[in-house]
Order: sequence, then C-alpha cells, then structure tokens
Amino acid sequence: MRFLSIYKTAERNAPPTQEEMDRMGRYIEESMKAGELVSTEGCLPSALGARIRLAKGKVTVTDGPFTEAKEVVGGFAILNAASKEEAVELVRRFLTFTGEGECELRQLYEAPVNSPA
Amino acid sequence: MSSEAHRAIEAVWRIESARLIGGLARLVKDVGLAEDLAQDALVAALERWPESGVPDNPGAWLMAAAKHRAIDLLRRRKMLDAKHAGLTYELAAEQERTAPDLDLLDDDFGDDILRLVFTTCHPVLSPEARVALTLRLLGGLTTDEIARAFLVPEATIAQRIVRAKRTLREAHVPFEVPRGDDRAARLSSVLAVIYLVFNEGYSATAGDDWARPALCEDAVRLGRVLAELMPQEPEVHGLVALLEIQSSRLRARLSPSGEPILLLDQDRARWDQLLIRRGLAALERAESLGGAYGPYTVQAAIAACHARATSPEETDWTRITALYDALAQLTPSPVVELNRGVAYAMAFGPAAGLEIVDPLRDEPAMREYYLLPAVRADFLAKLGRSEEARAELERAAGLTRNARERTLLIERAESLKRG
Repeated sequence: MRFLSIYKTAERNAPPTQEEMDRMGRYIEESMKAGELVSTEGCLPSALGARIRLAKGKVTVTDGPFTEAKEVVGGFAILNAASKEEAVELVRRFLTFTGEGECELRQLYEAPVNSPA
Repeated sequence: MSSEAHRAIEAVWRIESARLIGGLARLVKDVGLAEDLAQDALVAALERWPESGVPDNPGAWLMAAAKHRAIDLLRRRKMLDAKHAGLTYELAAEQERTAPDLDLLDDDFGDDILRLVFTTCHPVLSPEARVALTLRLLGGLTTDEIARAFLVPEATIAQRIVRAKRTLREAHVPFEVPRGDDRAARLSSVLAVIYLVFNEGYSATAGDDWARPALCEDAVRLGRVLAELMPQEPEVHGLVALLEIQSSRLRARLSPSGEPILLLDQDRARWDQLLIRRGLAALERAESLGGAYGPYTVQAAIAACHARATSPEETDWTRITALYDALAQLTPSPVVELNRGVAYAMAFGPAAGLEIVDPLRDEPAMREYYLLPAVRADFLAKLGRSEEARAELERAAGLTRNARERTLLIERAESLKRG
C-alpha cells in the first residue's frame, strides 16, 4: 500500500538550522535504508507560494505568505507500508525527527492488479 | 488484548525485525537462535505494550528485551561449557570479560542487515530455502504469509525454514559479508533470490491471480534496502531499476474483460510514473558506476526503452536490439533469443526476426513453449506466408495452458484461413 503524508507546521522566518538539517538527513537516510520512503520533498517558505481557488465559477489567486494560517504545509512524503498501522508508525518516527507539527496521512488510490479498474 | 494494539505491534515488528535479528545474530553467531530471541522479545512486547502503550523507541525496547535474554543464554552456555571442560571459575569469569560488547548492538544496523541477507541467501541452502528464509527474516513475513504467497501448505514453509536454519548451523556459515573472491558470486545469489521473489509475484505461476503484488512490493523493498546498503555495487542498482520499472506496469496488464494485455498494447497512462522515475534514476546510477553490461542492468535498460517511450511507435527498437545482443552474450538462453528475434523484427522487419528465431525450433527447451510458434506465426503472417502462419498458430494453441490464450490463437488461425 502507498500512503501520502503531508507535514504541517508553524512557519518560522528563519531557515532550518544545520542541526535540523542533519537530523532530517539522518531520518531520510535511515528511511531509505529501510526501504519505506519512496519519495519526499520539503517546501520553501509560503511567501513563495500561492493559493488558487475556484468558487462560484471564479478563480482567485492569493499569494503567500499565508500569515493567517496557524500551520502551513512544510513538505510531503510518499511511503510504502504493508498496513495503515505501519504507515502511522513511520509517520510517528518522522515527527520525532522534525519536532512539533502534524502529519495528515492518506492512503493513495492504486488501480487493482488482478481485476480491471 | 485490543486488536488495535496488536496491529500496532505487528507494524513495529515488520519495521524492526530484520535489524533486531541481524544485531542478535552478530552477538550469538546463529541466525536461528537470533530469531528465537527476537521472537521472545516480540512475545514480551505483546504482553506489555497493550497496557503500557507502544514505547517511544520501540526498536530499542525490543533490542533491550532480546539482549537480556541473550545475556542469560550466553551466561548459561558458558557455565555449561566451563563445567564440561573442567575449567575453573576464573576462566569462566575471564570469558565473561571478553564477551562481545552488547552496546555495540545498537550501532550500524546496516551492516547487520547485509550480513543477514548474505546468510539467508547462502549457496549452502536450496533456492526455495533461500527465498523462504529471506522473506521470513528480512521481509518480516510470517510463515503463514509466505505459504499463502507461494500457495503451499504452511507446514511446508515452516519445515523449510527450520531445515534452512539447521543447515546454516551445521555448515558453520559465518555471519558476515563475504570479502574477496567469492563476494561477486555471493552477491549474485542475493540478487537472484530477490528477483525470484519478484517474478513469483509478477507472473504468478500458480493460482487464479494474474499477479501477487504484495510479493512484488516485498522484493522491491528488499532491493531498495540493498541498494542503500551497497551503494557502490552497480548490479544492485541494475536489479532495483529493473524491478521498479516492471512494477510500474503492474496495474496496466489486465483488460476490462480480464485478459492479459501485452506491453505494446498497454495504456501507458496507467504506468506508474513515480516508479518509472525511480527506475530510471537507479539505472543511471548503475551505468555511472560502470555497470552498463551487468545482466540486470542490461535488462533494466531494455525496460527503460519502453518506459521512456510515450507511445509504442516511439520505442527505440534499434537500441533494444543492441541491448538484446549484449544480453544474449551475457546470459545466453532460448528465451532471450526469442525476445531478441522479436526486437529485430520490430526494428528491421519480420524477415530479420525469423532469421533469429528459426534455429530455436531445434532447442529441446523450446519444444513445448507456445510462444515460439506464436511469434513465428506473427512473422510469417507479416511476410504473407499465411499457410505456414496458420499451422504455427494451431501448434501454439495446442501448447498453451491458458484457455483465453488458446481462444485468441485459434481465432487468429481461423482469420488467416478466411483471408
């Protein structure tokens, strides 16, 4: 099974410290060695992003930073796991490396293998 | 106990068991005993965690529990040995002092995983035993799960694993990563086991399912682990590239009516782009390490030619023929030759293909293989030799064991008769 984990955390003005970068690097290396982490990326500050919404037929674009939000998306990971419980455990470990924040874990749709979609 | 807690423990076990068993095996120098100790730790966790909750560092908890058992065991053994040899108490104490440093257990689990995989894939074991033991000790699968994956009774797998562990013990197989002369041969045994697991999942040889994707996932996971632990070995990356790219097509191989769809007829939008990207990156890694002519890397390069083409027409068939030429030299076999013929036909026309596959009719291994007459029929029909093509299709229909395939072949033969 494949899961998407979206990490949300309070946005800071400072870039990550060397120690934080090292910790993250160690986490990624270990997860890669365990074969669980399929893909992961981290986000640059929300000031460089935008929110695009379609409502009532009208598209609005709101540029970052998203100052009104308590937590913003900080990155994502795609994980391979044999069960939801395993994915939860992997995300729990991830959070102990990153510190405060929340991950939204979602199982990804995968077309069936043995019966036609 | 709540089943929720139970499932959480199972999840931890799947993540932790390999490094746990690896660390313990280094300590007690016996893979079978290491697994027993790890299982004891699991039992302890199953007793405690439902009440105490899963600890913050469950891996360390399991390792500590297993270590305690290991220390007890080593002490008892030493006492026993000392008694048997009539040694004095002082000598026993000396042995105690030189006992392995238990704290080392926590370091460098990667090396332990490597030692473990080289042990479970040791040539002293039969290929079936290597597969079962690897899935059990490195994949964290239960005997029941392995039995279901291979459609054999659980008792068969359980016995196979018990015997494998005994064989390793009796042959005094050292718990180590081989260095020197036999390293290459031992590595290719490891890669072969992973490839075997994958293929069993990819083209299920028995049962009703067309494929068993969980087995493919287990194989890819093992391959990825190995690639991280042996980053300098080009063929490891070659194998991973091959598995990632083949996996990318796993969900595009069945038609709405449940028939297998051949590569060139698949809906490429259903190929998994993430896996393709990973596969192409692994291939690049293998090639940059000078491994372009390793057998897995060459197969991965062929798979990559298909993965890169957004439509069948864009396939670089000329490059594929060159890669098959290389593969036929590296690992000559009638099946490789047949595929080489198909590639030549695609690149240079049916006559070129026929020239390669015709000699295969004399191969004993190909006599019962329906794809040979089916492929020849295709070439012959394109060359306008309908009568010969029809005869070959009928022969192929008589050889295939797949009912759907047979119907398709007979239909094609009929249409040639009319045409």
